[in-house]
Amino acid sequence: MRILIKNGRLLDPANKLDGKQDLFIADGKIVGIKKQPDGFESDLQLDAKNKIVLPGLVDLCARLREPGYKYKASFQTECHAANSSGITSVCCPPDTKPVIDTTAVVELIHHRTRESNRTNVYPLAALTLGLNGEQLSEMDTLRRAGCIGVSNALAPIENTEVLRRAFEYAHSCGLTVFFFAEDNSLKNNGVAHEGPVSTRLGLPAIPETAETVALSRALLLVEQTRVKAHFCRLSTARGVSLIKAAQEQGLPVTADVAICNLHLTEMDVADYNSDCHLQPPLRSERDRNGLIEGINSGVITAVCSDHQPHDADAKSAPFSLTEPGASTIEHLLPLILHLVNRKELKLEQAISALTSNPANILNVTKGTLAIGNDADVCILDLDASNNVDKRQLLSAGKNTPFNGWELPGQVTHTIYNGSLVFKQD
Amino acid sequence: MTGNTIQLDKNGNLKHFLTTEGLSQSLLQKILDHAESFASVGERAVKKVPLLRGKTIANLFFEPSTRTRTTFELAAKRLSADILNLNIATSATSKGETLSDTLHTLEAMHCDMFVVRHANSGAAHYIATQVAPHISVINAGDGRHAHPTQAMLDMFTIRRHKPDFSKLRVAIVGDILHSRVARSEIHALNTLGVLETRIIAPHTLIPKDVENLGVQVYHDMDQGLDGVDVVMMLRLQKERMTGALLPSEYEYFQRYGLTSKRLEKANPDAIVMHPGPINRGVEIDSDVADGERSVILQQVSHGIAVRMAVMAMTMGRNPENAGATE
Repeated sequence: MRILIKNGRLLDPANKLDGKQDLFIADGKIVGIKKQPDGFESDLQLDAKNKIVLPGLVDLCARLREPGYKYKASFQTECHAANSSGITSVCCPPDTKPVIDTTAVVELIHHRTRESNRTNVYPLAALTLGLNGEQLSEMDTLRRAGCIGVSNALAPIENTEVLRRAFEYAHSCGLTVFFFAEDNSLKNNGVAHEGPVSTRLGLPAIPETAETVALSRALLLVEQTRVKAHFCRLSTARGVSLIKAAQEQGLPVTADVAICNLHLTEMDVADYNSDCHLQPPLRSERDRNGLIEGINSGVITAVCSDHQPHDADAKSAPFSLTEPGASTIEHLLPLILHLVNRKELKLEQAISALTSNPANILNVTKGTLAIGNDADVCILDLDASNNVDKRQLLSAGKNTPFNGWELPGQVTHTIYNGSLVFKQD
Repeated sequence: MTGNTIQLDKNGNLKHFLTTEGLSQSLLQKILDHAESFASVGERAVKKVPLLRGKTIANLFFEPSTRTRTTFELAAKRLSADILNLNIATSATSKGETLSDTLHTLEAMHCDMFVVRHANSGAAHYIATQVAPHISVINAGDGRHAHPTQAMLDMFTIRRHKPDFSKLRVAIVGDILHSRVARSEIHALNTLGVLETRIIAPHTLIPKDVENLGVQVYHDMDQGLDGVDVVMMLRLQKERMTGALLPSEYEYFQRYGLTSKRLEKANPDAIVMHPGPINRGVEIDSDVADGERSVILQQVSHGIAVRMAVMAMTMGRNPENAGATE
């Protein structure tokens, strides 16, 4: 399949590319930019006039719910939803059922990835067996099976000795640790940010220190073990400053933030809206500003969807009894463009945070439009807008906190590995 | 404004009673006025009015309670309603039925009102969003969030002794962190326009940013009681004594127990309240609980009148039309 995308504005901050240029795709690869390769004849021409041509987006955290939770969603539904937002690569955490701690589960995920054939799926291996926080997993075996990093997902490792050894062992295998910082004792079964809203609603609360204490402990162990660490889904301004200090000290540390925490705060929980029951919790406006500032100052380099599609029952109960997480994958790009329109982020920075930066964190050659790269591309109509209607979501999970929002931008085409996998009706 | 839009109908009348927060002063006073007219019903030879005849009320208790359930039951019977007691903690939901399935099953039995007690904050609010439009929901306590009928019976008791709220300093003492009663009392007191609401507790039992609810925080009992007109003690659950929140019953009583000596700090005519059940010697001395300043037993009997008022109002019935006043 040979595709010519013409008249579009190519935007690829990693390659310092921003201008009206044609893009040539053949046999799954990008074969030309601006200049038509000799003998190129297109099977398909896409006119991207007045549109932006971007590298396919890379999402650092999305749950596709297989194996184990097919009643919530499947590769088929979620990868399609991802494509509709221009996403062509997703990293999935190991808290599937069974957990990604055996090569069999990795094989299954690869199999489902090939079968759906519309998104690159990068699994993270469990850092400890069964995510139990006690016994190290066979990290190197899992790496050889295709895991690109290790993580204990949302499960705590309470024993600091185990955490130290896990970091050391990951370091010897050359694996990046993807770490979600939440101190389980301080969390104390909390479900909402500790502040005026949780106090008023009487919800068990998660203090800021649940993040900062866990983060400080992990950073000291990174300093000791020199493991490459990526801190997932920061939620506090104070957490950003801890990461900043570690980076200034020269530690091999990166960080991301979930898109919901850039838009919403504790106030959105105020009527017990279970679609705003998230982990990490939505925190204060001061925290939200700190996270935005973290992106602008380069401390946080990636923004992920933290997509967690749920069945209706999971969200229909008194707030504390609902399952945390939001269905966000198909609004990742429009939501970040909304921040650009509000002048909270710059366009280039926003695009980097969804493309080359997360690809670098995963250490994969994705998220750029260089000649010779796999042809993962999306075309964005920045002038179009998008009305979020939870009933119309492509994801099997209808649990979006953004129902009724009008968001800028609409992806018109998504190309994965040289094939057109999404086209707007 | 939690519950505010959902608990009033389009004419501003009470449809559900979920929280005291966000309701107007005049509506709270109206609840107290109606309760006043029902208070006499319990003193008559025939303790019934026909206001809710033919209506079916379901007591849905997802958390065990004897007192609150009994007073709701009595209130319903005195209004001539049929009442159904469901102890759901030990029935359907433990078999895996979802809460909304349970509700729809009860709806199919043509219930008109659900009185709900649940261990999780927001449960009554959630149920009010799930039920058919003709059903009213009364919150009989949800997690740490609200216990509005308890707060209103406390307001009723205060008003009988001290009719002008605008002159009052009130202290609430004890486990504010876990207390739905305290939250509902704070909102009600502030809406009714008290001079000052204080809370007195160690830092471990005070939720973050509680000042936003409109209270002054005291960690010292003697300072907190200085010059108050009403002392509202809270029950301290035994299980709070075993964790990291408090060292021991002994030390708690030494620092926050209400004794006759401590009470001298309050105004000479201050009243002492407690929602019950009392832990004598833990949060309050027997001398005080049984003393002349105590209005604790009055609170219990006022509970029935207040619950009758709220039940009648949420069902759109006016007690003046039913011979309740005499």
